[in-house]
Amino acid sequence: MELLGYILQQCINGLQLGAVYALIALGYTMVYGVLRLINFAHGDIFMLGAFIAYYLISKLNLPIYFVFAITMLCTALAGYIIEKVAYKPLRNAPKISLLITAVGVSLFLEYFLSLNALFTPNYIAFPRPFEVEVFDILFFTVTNVQLIIFAITGISLGLLYFLIYKTKQGKAMRAVSFDQEIASLMGINVDATISLTFIVGAALAGVGGILYGIAYPQINVFMGIMPGIKSFIAAVLGGIGIIHGAVLGGFIIGISEVFVSAFLSSTFRDGVIFVILFLVLLLKPTGIFGKRIDKV
Amino acid sequence: MKKALLCICLILFISFVCTGYSLGKDIVRIGLITPLTGDVKTFGESTKNAFNIALEEYAKTGKYKIEPIVADDRNDPTEGANAALKLITQDKVVAIIGPLTSKVAIPVSEIANSNKVPMISGTATNPKVTISDGKRKPYAFRACYIDPFQGTVGANFALKELKSKTAAVLYDVGNDYSKGLAEYFKATFTKGGGNIVAYESYQKDDVDFSAIITKVGMKKPEVIYIPDYYNKVALIARQLREKGLKGIMIGGDGWDSPELLKIAGNAIVGGYFTNHYSPDRKDPVADAFIKKYKEKFGVVPDALGALGYDSTVMLLKVLDSVKKPTQEEIMKALSTMKNFKGVTGNISFDKNGDAIKSAVILKVDKDGFKYMTTINP
Repeated sequence: MELLGYILQQCINGLQLGAVYALIALGYTMVYGVLRLINFAHGDIFMLGAFIAYYLISKLNLPIYFVFAITMLCTALAGYIIEKVAYKPLRNAPKISLLITAVGVSLFLEYFLSLNALFTPNYIAFPRPFEVEVFDILFFTVTNVQLIIFAITGISLGLLYFLIYKTKQGKAMRAVSFDQEIASLMGINVDATISLTFIVGAALAGVGGILYGIAYPQINVFMGIMPGIKSFIAAVLGGIGIIHGAVLGGFIIGISEVFVSAFLSSTFRDGVIFVILFLVLLLKPTGIFGKRIDKV
Repeated sequence: MKKALLCICLILFISFVCTGYSLGKDIVRIGLITPLTGDVKTFGESTKNAFNIALEEYAKTGKYKIEPIVADDRNDPTEGANAALKLITQDKVVAIIGPLTSKVAIPVSEIANSNKVPMISGTATNPKVTISDGKRKPYAFRACYIDPFQGTVGANFALKELKSKTAAVLYDVGNDYSKGLAEYFKATFTKGGGNIVAYESYQKDDVDFSAIITKVGMKKPEVIYIPDYYNKVALIARQLREKGLKGIMIGGDGWDSPELLKIAGNAIVGGYFTNHYSPDRKDPVADAFIKKYKEKFGVVPDALGALGYDSTVMLLKVLDSVKKPTQEEIMKALSTMKNFKGVTGNISFDKNGDAIKSAVILKVDKDGFKYMTTINP
């Protein structure tokens, strides 16, 4: 019984981590879907979200729902600007130029924002907007932080599904990801759709940043690198370009990380995650849900 | 033409004034390597403040004009090594104060030693700072005790004062300081009849400790030893309490920062840590320094400041005592120095260049650190 409780407890730890990975992985997968680009700057948008939330909470004392709203707006704007400035001029350039540019944008965001006049390279304590409460349920415990993370991730996913499968813009997104040229022949504004994809992806990363800050209350400008890489692996694992694949991948990566730390050693944790990436690329490069192998 | 002539005259005049000004005293350059940004920036700030106080005092009476060159290592071994190389090859410093953390001090001590530049670290406690592969690095010194002693003091405190029988250890596997302390604590604790129920590691950039904390929580340890720097400790402490672990937290000198309480809040209250000095210590040298520091910076100096001051003053004193300010002379004078009266007590170096010092144990209270006891080596 105790072991069962222990395993359940570790599952909850993994779900908490996985929820954040899922939110970031969505941005990777959506951008890949429409542009065939791995947007390396995405992890830094996540960092930007955490920092904006930090300033809103600690300097302006805004209530938490405003913090979410404003942070999402800001990261969405950042995503939009990055796309317009860095990626749009390269729309017809070889894919490799786009990829290198993405790496450049990522490094730029990290090192520019780490200037002392901006976010500083220091470790900053993220203020908790509410007190932590622990609930005992049978033989495991859940904190209100975890419940909030699950709830907000759930709501964001719901809204995203609605956007992609129930609205015209979503249909346009799916069409562009299917074939850009044909989509534009059908009267779809490809540029606007790509911008929208970046906006939505960046807003989700912003939410991820806030949740991460609340769960692990310490932020710094390089905080986006590791979660970014792991979310990318999550997106590949689920099948890059596929929305529900990214979500499932995020949870799998989160839970496997926690279980490796729990039953092996935390030293092996990152190693195991990268082994997963190797295995996916070797055995099923299209990921769990991937079916078609086209022009990738 | 006239303008050019004027310019030349002006340059001549300025250079004359400048050289004339420094004719009185020879210039000696001293480097300070310290983390001014990054995860342990309060360590660097305290040390830099204390370093400046020591230089100001020296400027009134000293034999030389000191030109300090401050480098930021960001608590990153690579940055520290680059800074050391720059200080030695470009700035031609005669001695280096710092670095503060063992993980940076170990590579820097290698560089300083092979370039024959004396270096005094205030607070790097890992044995490898002054010794590598059993061989003494003659140019490396430190003003503090070493981790085998610190870990032992921590373990004995847990065994005897807290009367605990079970302990868990959480440490950073990539940090020599943290790893070393964890090992020494474990060795003493098991030797003293205690039981280490969990010995878990994590990595430098980790922020999620839920898996290992849940694992440790199953064992219900009475004491949890967390030998790391304040930022990580604060994060771990919060997650420990959120996961419902009740054990008493113990740590090392890496806890000594005003930020610890700010980040960890109530979670860390009730913890204990081994440190180099307590401002409550009654001593004329310490009182004078604490008063001056408080006037200038508005806070009571922590151990990083006190040891930064001690190592700088020690170096400046040696500088005045030698005939010629060369690296070799300074190194020789440092190794024979006995009973230097510092803020943190009397300092003499043993054969390894380590200071023989007593440790104090501080308790973390709601509004600061409270002195508990002093333990002699």
